[in-house]
Amino acid sequence: MGDHGPAQGFGRWLFTTNHKDIGSMYLWFSFAMFLMGGVFALVIRAELFQPGLQLVEPEFFNQMTTMHGLVMVFGAVMPAFVGLANWLIPMMVGAPDMALPRMNNWSFWILPFAFALLTSTLFMEGGGPNFGWTFYAPLSTTYAPPSVTYFIFAVHIMGASSIMGSINIIATILNMRAPGMTLMKMPLFVWTWLITAYLLIAVMPVLAGCVTMMLMDIHFGTSFFNAAGGGDPVLFQHVFWFFGHPEVYIMILPAFGIVSAIIPTFARKPLFGYASMVYATASIAFLSFIVWAHHMFTVGMPIAGELFFMYATMLIAVPTGVKVFNWITTMFRGSMTFETPMLFSIAFVILFTIGGFSGLMLAIAPADFQYHDTYFVVAHFHYVLVPGAIFSIFAAVYYWLPKWCGNMYDERLGKAHFWLSFIGLNVTFFPMHFVGLAGMPRRIPDYALQFADFNQIASMGAFLFGFSQVFFLFIVIKTIRGGKQATEEVWENPEGLEWTIPSPAPYHTFTTPPAIK
Amino acid sequence: MLFFSKRPTTKSLLSVKPFVVFPLLAMSFQAFAKSSEVVADEAQRWGMNMPQGVTATSNEIYDLHMLIFMICVWIGVVVFGVMFYSMIMHRKSSGAVPSKFHESTIVELAWTIIPAIILVAMAVPATSTLIKIYDTSDADIDIKVVGYQWKWQYEYLGEEVSFFSNLTTPQDEIYGRAPKGEHYLLEVDEPVVIPINKKVRFLITANDVLHAWWVPALAVKRDAIPGYINDVWTVVDEPGIYRGQCAELCGKAHGFMPIVVHAMEEVDYQQWLDAKKGEAEELKLAMSQSFSMDELYARGEKVYQTNCVACHGPVGAGGVGPSLIGSSITTGPMNGHLSLMINGVQGSAMQAFGEQLNNIDMAAVITYKRNAWGNNMGDMLQPVDVLNHKRSL
Ligand code: HEC
Ligand SMILES: [Cu+2]
Repeated sequence: MGDHGPAQGFGRWLFTTNHKDIGSMYLWFSFAMFLMGGVFALVIRAELFQPGLQLVEPEFFNQMTTMHGLVMVFGAVMPAFVGLANWLIPMMVGAPDMALPRMNNWSFWILPFAFALLTSTLFMEGGGPNFGWTFYAPLSTTYAPPSVTYFIFAVHIMGASSIMGSINIIATILNMRAPGMTLMKMPLFVWTWLITAYLLIAVMPVLAGCVTMMLMDIHFGTSFFNAAGGGDPVLFQHVFWFFGHPEVYIMILPAFGIVSAIIPTFARKPLFGYASMVYATASIAFLSFIVWAHHMFTVGMPIAGELFFMYATMLIAVPTGVKVFNWITTMFRGSMTFETPMLFSIAFVILFTIGGFSGLMLAIAPADFQYHDTYFVVAHFHYVLVPGAIFSIFAAVYYWLPKWCGNMYDERLGKAHFWLSFIGLNVTFFPMHFVGLAGMPRRIPDYALQFADFNQIASMGAFLFGFSQVFFLFIVIKTIRGGKQATEEVWENPEGLEWTIPSPAPYHTFTTPPAIK
Repeated sequence: MLFFSKRPTTKSLLSVKPFVVFPLLAMSFQAFAKSSEVVADEAQRWGMNMPQGVTATSNEIYDLHMLIFMICVWIGVVVFGVMFYSMIMHRKSSGAVPSKFHESTIVELAWTIIPAIILVAMAVPATSTLIKIYDTSDADIDIKVVGYQWKWQYEYLGEEVSFFSNLTTPQDEIYGRAPKGEHYLLEVDEPVVIPINKKVRFLITANDVLHAWWVPALAVKRDAIPGYINDVWTVVDEPGIYRGQCAELCGKAHGFMPIVVHAMEEVDYQQWLDAKKGEAEELKLAMSQSFSMDELYARGEKVYQTNCVACHGPVGAGGVGPSLIGSSITTGPMNGHLSLMINGVQGSAMQAFGEQLNNIDMAAVITYKRNAWGNNMGDMLQPVDVLNHKRSL
C-alpha cells in the first residue's frame, strides 16, 4: 500500500501535491478571507449604524463595499468550495488523488498572491478599488483610482486559479472514478461540482476578457467602454453579467450537493429523486447562461429583450423548486435527528428558499424597476449567499471534519454556533428587505432619516454574526486538537465511500480502487 | 457506529407538540388579520413596504409586487408547513421509523408542472404592465435629465429653461455638528417641476459615469448612461413633492445626489415656467454688466460651495481634486485658469464647467478662488471676459 506520510516542515505545504493537504490549505485560506471580508463588512455596518458620516469618509466606504464583495466572492466562497472538492471528490469517487496534482498545487498557491495584491491596493495612493464588486465602466476605467491596474492583475490570477482548479476537477471526475462508479451513481456533491467546473471554464475567460478590455481602455487608448471614443458602457454590463450570473450559480451548486449529502444522513432515508436532482442541476446551469440581463432591467433594453430575460429568469424557479421539494420529501417520513450539520442544512433549505422568493420577485421586470439597486437586492443576494453558500460550507465542515481530523466536534458548541449565526444572519439581513422596499439605495454611506431604525438593527445583527464566526474558528481548532475519537462511519449509516475509510482519513486513500456495489 | 444515537440532541430544536402548534398558528393568523390595520399603520411608520406612489404605473407595480409577494407567501406556507410537519412528527426521538421510498415520477412531474403554471399566471400581468411602461409615445412635455458627478441637470426641451439641482443638506448636518433636518439628504436647491395630469417624458443621460434617476413615488427608475438617451414617462395624479435618489454607484458622493420632483397644478406650472424664462432673460442682461470685487467674491463663494466643495474641499485644501491653495493654476495666469475651468481636464473627475456655469458664475468663482484662502492674487474677472474667451476658442 506504499503508505508514506507527509513531508515535514513548511516544505510539506509549499510543495505538496496531496489533495488533502491542498484541500486543507484552500479551506484555511478561505476562512482567513472570510474573516477579512467580514471585517470590511463590519466597517460598512458600523458606518451605517446611524445616519450621518461618523467613522469613515465616503471614498473609503466605497472601497469597503467593493473589497467586501470581491473578497467574499473570490476569496471566501469559491476557494472554500474548491477546498471541499479537493478533500472530498477523490474520496467520494474512490480515486487516490486529483488527476493533476502538480497543477493543483499551483492553483492554490497563486491565490495568496492574488489577494495580497488586491489587499495592498488599500494602501496605495488614491486608495483601492472603489467602484463596487461589479466594477461598472467608466467608473472603473476613466474615473478609477490608479490602483485599478493591480485589481485587474489580481482578477486575472484568481481566474487562472479557478480555471486550473476546474480542469483538475473535471479530469478527476471523468477519468479517476473507481470501476463500477457510473456517472449516475456519483454522489450529488460530485455531480454538482462537475457541472460547476464546466460553468467556471465557460465564464472565467469572459471575466478575463472583460478586465483586459478595461486594461486596454485605461492604458492603451482603446474605447471599448468609453462613449466619448465611440465605445459602449452598456457592453461592459453585458460582458460582466455573462460572467456574473453563472458565477452566482458557481457559488450555489456545490452547496446543493452538500445539502443533498447531509439531509439523507440525518433523515435516515435515501435522497428523494436523485435523478431529478441531477437533471435540475443541469437545467439550472444551462439557464444560468441566458438570464444575465435581469441584472440590467433598468439600462433601457428594448422591450423584447426585457421580456425574454424576465421569462427565462422566472423559469429558473422550476428546477430550483424541484430541488427544494426533493429535500423536503427526503425529510418526510424519515427518522430525523438534528445535529449541527443538519441544523445548518435545514436553515439552508428554509432561508435559501426565502432568497429564492425574493429572487422571483426581482425577476418581474416592472417590479424590478422599484427593487433594482436598493437594499432589497442586497437582502436577496445575502439570503442566497450567506445561509446558502456559507451555511452549506459550515454544514460540510461539521459533517466531514471528524473524517478529516479523526475527532468529533463538541455538539453543544456546534449548536451554539448555529443558533448565533442563524439569529445574527436574520437580524442583519431581514430588515434590509424593508429598507429596500421603502426606497434605500444600495452602496450609500449615509441615508435619509426614515431608514435609521432598521439600519441600526441590521448593524447589531452583523456584529453578532461576525463574532459568532470567531467562535466557529475556536470550535474547529478545539476539534482538531482533541475530542472524542470519531468512528469510521462517524454518523449513523451515512452513504458514500468516504465513510468506508478510517477516521482520520489516512494521507493516501484508495491507492487500490474500492469495489463499488 | 451509532455514535450519536444515544444523545438526546433532538430536544433542543422544537419540543412543542404539533397539537399545540397548529391551533396556535391558526390563532395568530386570526389575530394578524384583525390587527392588520394596526400592523399596516406601523409598517407605514417604519417604512416596511414599497410605496404605492402617485401614478397609475406606480399603483400597478405595487399591485404586481403584492401579488407576487402573496403567491410567494402561500407557497412558503405550504412548503415550510410540510417541512415543519415532518421535523416535528418524524423524529427519531419520538420513535419514527424511516420509510424507504425515494422517487415517484408522478409527484416529481406534478411539482414541475404546477410551478410552471403559477409562473405563467405571474408573467401575464407582468407583461401587460411592462408594455404600458414602455409606451413613451405622445408626451406633453419633454425634460432632458443629465447625471453629473454629483448633481442632476434638467433641461425643458423647447423652453430654453435649464438648471442644475444640487444637494442642499449642509456638511454640518452630515458630520453631526448640527441636528439633521426633516429631509436630510433628500433636499435640493432647485427641484424639477412638472404639471400634474400631463404625460411628462424624461430623456435620461449622463455626462461622466453611470447614474440612475429614481423617484419611488413615480415608480420611475432608469439608468443614466453616457452616450445613451433613455426615455421614461410619468403622469402624476396628485400635486406634491416627491423625493428620490441616484440609484447607480457613481463615485464618492453617490449617496449625496438626490432627486426632488415638485408636481403642481398646470396653472402653477405655467407660472413657474414663465418666471424661469424671465430669470433667464435677466441673466442674459446681467451678462454684459460689470461687477465689483466684493460682489464677485460673495457670489463666487456660493458657486464654489455648491459646485466644487465635493472634490476640492470646503477651504480649497483638496480631496478627490487637488488643493487649490497656491496652486499653479489658481495663482497662475488668468487665461490658463479660465481655459481649465471651461474645458475641464480630459480623463479626470474635473469636468468642463463651460456649459455648466453661466458666465457670471464662472467669473465669480474664478475671482473667488484667486482671492480666497490666502491666494490673494488681487485680480478679478468679468462676465464679458468669459464671453470673449469662449468666443475666441
Ligand atoms: C468631481 C470632482 C471635481 C469637481 C466637482 C471639481 N473639480 Fe476641479 N479638479 C478635480 C480634479 C480631479 C482635478 C485634477 C485634474 C488633473 O489635473 O488631473 C481638478 C483640478 C482643478 C483645478 C486645477 C488645479 C491645479 O492646480 O492643477 C482647478 C483650478 C479646479 N479644479 C477648480 C475647480 C472649480 C472652481 C470647481 C467648481 C466649479 C471644481 N474644480 C470642481 C475634480 C473636481
Ligand atoms: Cu449618481
